[in-house]
Amino acid sequence: MTYRDRTKSHHRGGKTGVRRAGRSWRYLAPMMRHVLLVAVAIAFMVPFYWMAISALKDNSQIFARPLQWWPNPIRWDNVLHALTYPGFPFLRFLWNSVFYAGCVSLGTVLSCAAVGYGFARLHFPGRDLLFAITVSTMLIPGIVIFIPTFVLFKHLGLLGTYAPLIVPAFLGNAFFIFLLRQFFLGLPQELSDAARVDGAGEFRIFWQIMLPLVRPALMTAAILSFIWTWHEFFGPLIYLSDRSQYPLSLGLFAFRAQHTTEWSLLLAASMLATLPLIVLFFCTQRSFLAGMTLTGLKDS
Amino acid sequence: MAVTRAQQARRGETRRREAYAGLSFVLPWLLSLLLFTAYPVLTTLYLSFTDYNIVQPPRWIGLQNYRTMFTADPAFWTSVGNSAYYALLAVPLGLAGALGLALLLNTRAQGMGIYRTLIALPVLVPPVASTIIFVALFDPDNGLINALLQTVGLPTVGWLTDPTWSKPALILLSLWGLGASALIFLAGLQEIPQALLDAAAIDGAGPWQRFRHVTLPLLTPVILFNLVMGVISSFHIFTQALVVGGTTGKPLESTLMFMVHIYRMAFRYFAMGQAAALAVVLFLAVLVVTLVIFQSAHVWVYYEGSRDSHR
Repeated sequence: MTYRDRTKSHHRGGKTGVRRAGRSWRYLAPMMRHVLLVAVAIAFMVPFYWMAISALKDNSQIFARPLQWWPNPIRWDNVLHALTYPGFPFLRFLWNSVFYAGCVSLGTVLSCAAVGYGFARLHFPGRDLLFAITVSTMLIPGIVIFIPTFVLFKHLGLLGTYAPLIVPAFLGNAFFIFLLRQFFLGLPQELSDAARVDGAGEFRIFWQIMLPLVRPALMTAAILSFIWTWHEFFGPLIYLSDRSQYPLSLGLFAFRAQHTTEWSLLLAASMLATLPLIVLFFCTQRSFLAGMTLTGLKDS
Repeated sequence: MAVTRAQQARRGETRRREAYAGLSFVLPWLLSLLLFTAYPVLTTLYLSFTDYNIVQPPRWIGLQNYRTMFTADPAFWTSVGNSAYYALLAVPLGLAGALGLALLLNTRAQGMGIYRTLIALPVLVPPVASTIIFVALFDPDNGLINALLQTVGLPTVGWLTDPTWSKPALILLSLWGLGASALIFLAGLQEIPQALLDAAAIDGAGPWQRFRHVTLPLLTPVILFNLVMGVISSFHIFTQALVVGGTTGKPLESTLMFMVHIYRMAFRYFAMGQAAALAVVLFLAVLVVTLVIFQSAHVWVYYEGSRDSHR
């Protein structure tokens, strides 16, 4: 009974069409949909599952036939082994990733909130041209920027530090400026007008009135920026040289370059690089999913 | 009279103050545009006409880098071919897969939230880690994928160790992450007014006709967005290729993508001038392809309410 009710509710308002489409379709379609969805979901989850169980297997069992769908024995010590591997301080890498992604995320949100607000709510000569330029810079390949900035930071003696990776974030990022501008555009003009009449300065209007209203958007920007920085590979690859400074993605890459056959440790380390983001995702799922879909759909 | 003039003066005053405030709000970004966009773009362009190894100052050599690239650098053509192969398959497959998945997810039935979450999860895995997982899954002898193929009686292939199959394997890896664009499609689907679909159904349109003549046209702006994003990101594939094939594009240069070639030129050989020329070519390629897509959008993208203005 409940199933039928549910099926009916899909076609709310479309009675005639449903009648013409035929009775069997009405019951078959949702069922086929579910079967397909389950199949796709399993296909998407298998790599995760394989990573997790392989990380807890004996190295010899990962590629054993017949396939071993459950580790036997469960080697919890793999995790410990990966964390204390000589020459590869994965806990240190983890901290570096948190530091790097945290700083970039903070810098990005601070700068892009201010810049996005300026573009959305204040009038100044050349604003629209400047915004058009901002959007079009998103088309510039990163490598075009990386070559001269690498040379620049080399001359400044900043290779082998996090400065080239973090400082630019505090000056803004085209994508997040665009994102946050869209949110500021949606706020009612009366609010800032009223505050202006009451004698509030522009900075106070921004900080005390507008910023709290876009808090969900700031959250989304912070999370997306954090995740993308956590994933970042190219920047750390060219700027960092000392292994103790590596973030997880680079540490993982270096570990694989030296130990191609230590599969259980490699996959345990991959788990370590993924798990914090999954935890973050489940804590902030709403903002995260909103952020993934928002970017494409809010039109100016 | 005097009142009006005073009013005008006051209005001019507030306007000027607002302009100052606006400029100070965007000041950091102005700085970034100059220092981390304009300066690097112009410098890369300049360096592309020079011989430069970082240690010695750049030496002007005119078009030599471009001539070398097109006539004396076989790896250039190999990497262009690899990247084109990858983009031509990964982008359409990714779009079709994401759209299909979004259509499956687009219902009010219970439990959809769980599927949505599961499909979004792979996007969270850092590219280095996801590539390592897939290297294990694609293991030619005893990896999970070949084992499953064998179980159902299909022939197995060498995947990442076989030059013929290494790029298809990288494309499959990219499809694991299509959840991001599927969710964007899903949001687009949910914007389509149910009334339109109902009206079409009343007029006798079946599910396929409703999809073809109502859903698809209304979804074209989202398709355009996902297409542009997909093309740009596939042109930039780097991490996955480097983890699989290193800087030599193992096996047999089959995973030597264009970005890997530039990286090798710039940061392994320190041939910055040559690398800058390659970067300029990448920039132009992205620009041309994006412009062509946007031009073609006039023909196939439907914007609500813009029909008259297009006549």
